[in-house]
Amino acid sequence: MPPIAAAIGLIVGWQLIITVFGVPQFIAPSPLDVINVFGERGDILWLNFWPTFMEAVAGFVVGNTIAVLLAIWFVHSSLAERAFYPIAVFINTIPIIAVAPILVLLLGNGFAPKIVIAALICFFPTLVNMVRGLKSISPQMLELMRVLSANQREVLFKVRLQSSLPYLFAALKIASTTCVIGAIVGEWIGSNFGLGALIIEATYNFRSPLLYATVILGAGLAVTFFTLTTLAERWLLKWRPSAAI
Amino acid sequence: MAVAEATAGASAPAGSTQDVAISVRNASVVFGEDDDQVVALSDVSVDFADGGLVTILGPSGCGKSTLLRLVADLVPAAEGEVSVFGHTPEEARRRRDFAFVFQDATLLPWRSAIDNVRLPLQVGGGGKIEQHASPEELLALVGLKGREQALPHELSGGMRQRVSIARALVCRPKILLMDEPFGALDEITRDKLNEELLRIWQETGTTILFVTHSIPEAAFLGEKTLVLSAHPGRVLAYVDVDLPHERALSIRDSLEFVTITAMLRDLLEKAS
Ligand SMILES: Nc1ncnc2c1ncn2[C@@H]1O[C@H](COP(=O)(O)OP(=O)(O)O)[C@@H](O)[C@H]1O
Ligand SMILES: [Mg+2]
Repeated sequence: MPPIAAAIGLIVGWQLIITVFGVPQFIAPSPLDVINVFGERGDILWLNFWPTFMEAVAGFVVGNTIAVLLAIWFVHSSLAERAFYPIAVFINTIPIIAVAPILVLLLGNGFAPKIVIAALICFFPTLVNMVRGLKSISPQMLELMRVLSANQREVLFKVRLQSSLPYLFAALKIASTTCVIGAIVGEWIGSNFGLGALIIEATYNFRSPLLYATVILGAGLAVTFFTLTTLAERWLLKWRPSAAI
Repeated sequence: MAVAEATAGASAPAGSTQDVAISVRNASVVFGEDDDQVVALSDVSVDFADGGLVTILGPSGCGKSTLLRLVADLVPAAEGEVSVFGHTPEEARRRRDFAFVFQDATLLPWRSAIDNVRLPLQVGGGGKIEQHASPEELLALVGLKGREQALPHELSGGMRQRVSIARALVCRPKILLMDEPFGALDEITRDKLNEELLRIWQETGTTILFVTHSIPEAAFLGEKTLVLSAHPGRVLAYVDVDLPHERALSIRDSLEFVTITAMLRDLLEKAS
């Protein structure tokens, strides 16, 4: 309860400052203005919420799936790992905001560039963690599987994948919020739909209550993804002693 | 008690009708490349009788684990031959002739005790084994009846090692290779597991090779004790442990037992 009380306190404080000092609405709206926007402009907000939601989900799925499959390949082929890991590291060093315009030029103005940006932003942490997770099994466990004449596929499905889950979820929790950032950044560049486009439009037109409401919606999306990922982690990692917490 | 020089024929007592389970002939194991080679085992020849319980003793780094791993097809022989019931280690591994128990229980933490025991039946063609033991009965045999659904982290170190022994027995292996299985346990747990291992050995008739660096453990468990010397690993002695077949922990206070441990300690001093 203390966090909720603190949040309410801050919002009330914000409202008081705006009212007492008479801050103009276009510089900073009061909480009441923002709440009103959800009522009055709810249609625009929802219309632009769904594209961002879809892009973030699609980017999350695509980026993480490719990262996981690549990690599985790397663990089974040290040649592949030596050849492609440095390239993956290089891709990671390019600032995503800088590649976004390039992707828009390449892929047009539809969903594709946004999904690719969201996927790119998820990809690297998952790749790194997944490779580490798949390799986290003890040499003794590998020897046990060898004594049992288990093949690579059995080692992967019976041992490696489960062992990697704690590492994978550490990355997925990061990805669950960054995929929303990726989608919004993608929509900043010449897009005419999505929360990102709405943010740009509201800023240029000094519609700050709408701007604030859009940002709150984006944050809510990220928090929802994060919560869902955490719940999935709890459920899949029930066997861990710390999972009880 | 007889101290025999370990030569090809010395392991089986003259006139014995016992079959040989494992035969190691002039085997050497070398690790590493040209410059920093380590000779872990050098020209080792030894026979292990079918149904016997042999303890393997020696200073640390003398090649005890390497000898077990050689039999288990986990390391190749640089020279010499190993035969397991007339087969190469690789064939024996595929036939599930042996099972390995490590110092660490090596359980899958997300699997319950019973599901860990089932693992050997689910990989490496283990599903085709028809004559396998019942995992439930094995857990009862190792004293874990009622804890079938417990996860490894809910069990004590001793219990985890019991699960790993049950897992090793599930394919009814002819040979159990145990590498310091109780080395990480406290003394009371270790004593109890020693007694239970003897009981399991008598009930199942499995051939057991048991590596330890504890002299009392080697003497208490072994029908015979193989003493290795270090750098390079060689067979120093292969001695019969002249104690009654039925052993209780109290035997460790007897004069015979103390005589045997004194002799083993003597040999170990020579070994290092
Ligand atoms: N995988 C390996 N690579 C290199 N050297 C090894 C390896 N395994 C064992 N050795 C060396 O072989 C020797 C025997 O090791 P080991 O059989 O483990 O001894 P013990 O089990 O008796 O303590 C040691 O000198 C050890 O350093
Ligand atoms: Mg060892």
